[in-house]
Amino acid sequence: MATTGMKVKDLSVFYGEKEAVKKVSLSFSPKQVTALIGPSGCGKSTFLRSLNRMNDTIGGVKTTGEIWIDDVNVNDPSVDVVELRQQIGMVWQRPNPFHKSIYENIAFGPRYHGIKNKKKLDEIVEDSLRRAALWNETKDRLHNSALALSGGQQQRLCIARSIAVKPKVILMDEPASALDPVSTSKIEELIAELKKEYCIVIVTHNMQQAARVSDRTAFFYMGKLIETDDTDKMFTNPSEKETDDYISGRFG
Amino acid sequence: MNAKTADKVATVVICLFAGIIVLVLLGLLGFILFRGLSHISWDFLTSAPETIKAGGGIGPQLFNSLFLLVLTMLITIPLGLGAGIYMSQYAKPGKVTNSIRLVVEVLSSFPSIVVGLFGLLVFVNIMGIGFSLFSGALALTVFNLPLMVRITEQAMAGVPREQKEASLALGLSRWKTITSVMLPIAMPAIITGTILAAGRVFGEAAALLFTAGMSSPRLDFTDWNPLSPFSPLNPFRPAETLAVHIWKINSEGLAPDAGEIAAGASAVLVLTVLLFNFGARWFGRFMHRKFTATR
Repeated sequence: MATTGMKVKDLSVFYGEKEAVKKVSLSFSPKQVTALIGPSGCGKSTFLRSLNRMNDTIGGVKTTGEIWIDDVNVNDPSVDVVELRQQIGMVWQRPNPFHKSIYENIAFGPRYHGIKNKKKLDEIVEDSLRRAALWNETKDRLHNSALALSGGQQQRLCIARSIAVKPKVILMDEPASALDPVSTSKIEELIAELKKEYCIVIVTHNMQQAARVSDRTAFFYMGKLIETDDTDKMFTNPSEKETDDYISGRFG
Repeated sequence: MNAKTADKVATVVICLFAGIIVLVLLGLLGFILFRGLSHISWDFLTSAPETIKAGGGIGPQLFNSLFLLVLTMLITIPLGLGAGIYMSQYAKPGKVTNSIRLVVEVLSSFPSIVVGLFGLLVFVNIMGIGFSLFSGALALTVFNLPLMVRITEQAMAGVPREQKEASLALGLSRWKTITSVMLPIAMPAIITGTILAAGRVFGEAAALLFTAGMSSPRLDFTDWNPLSPFSPLNPFRPAETLAVHIWKINSEGLAPDAGEIAAGASAVLVLTVLLFNFGARWFGRFMHRKFTATR
């Protein structure tokens, strides 16, 4: 299974002239959740999106530095981005299921990657939905539109969709910030479950959430990585003054 | 004047303008239908026109209009879709893309009579296609393509970015993302726009005067061989469309009932375009449900 983490070295991201992420080096261990925290505009989302080169799809973004997954440098120009992205799943702030049926949302990726066998696809759909704790709620209406689900269910569907193509790493960009408290806690339980198999990187604005779900925490401020450590230590006894100020709510 | 009064005045003025527009539209529609409807009959819709006698119909013209529409769309839709997808998804923002966009904008505001003269010069004379349905279709393509490109481009740009990213993040290629995720979402807007554009083609006269011509050969509706000169399906024969016919009969019609024929033909034209519009809305919704599995 996935025992792969990611290692980032001297990563900088430029929007035109503006340097949004400044020389960040950070590693993500397998079977661990790493939370990226920091005030709005600190570059944490930009950093996350550069990990699967999603920033390529916006014009005018330049990335330097190295990002290693297994022994592949993500930023190497010769890397096949399409193949790479299959190994790195992503979940967005707002649930964005495809405008298709629940079944199709999950089966879409695997089918494209070569699984045509109907029985096999059925298995993948069931397995992914079970892992995302959504199977019981959806098994009777797999062929209904995914858009009819509630926001929280849609978000779990998006997680199921991303694990259906068997990634090694899952990136989550504030996955619960658009959800109500009940749905949020379901997503958090799900993250705790998923980390048994995947390396998870989660951006969050919610300090308590970072403390609850993550093993490691990295604090970003003004595009720089200020500090990274075990979550327990970060929240009780941070080394840097800025981290302490931010965590205790003095700014941000 | 305080904010509340200003708000009320603005509301009244805006409602008034909206009301005037609706009144003008209803008045125009009512006038055309009132004058023309009584003249429409099955015989009128199917029989050939008469030159000097009363009682002529608009059968060949109606057929020509529909056939020309199909021909035009066969050329416009693939070109417009391709160009629109290119502009929204592949073209890098910059000078070249901007100038292409400018050209498209300018082209879309061209007077149709100028497009017609261009067609006469290039398609009819230089390329030697002659007055024919095909020349007309090419001229209408020039006239229609900018609209088609813009419809497609805007529809594609209207697809939420997260949808595109979600597909790319699953490791799908850009092409697969466009065809399987983005196009289904954009499709209702594209179809609606296309049908509205088709309505414009259907009512177009000026661009066709010098390209499709102002006369039709004696069509033999039993001869469906597209190569025969009298076959209705031959794309290389001259063809007078409904809109051109209305213009011609109004300006130089010799038949004693020319006025009624023009009125009847106008009503048919307007009704058909209306049908297109309602059809477009209905079809757009239908396609949306079909593509997105919304029930």
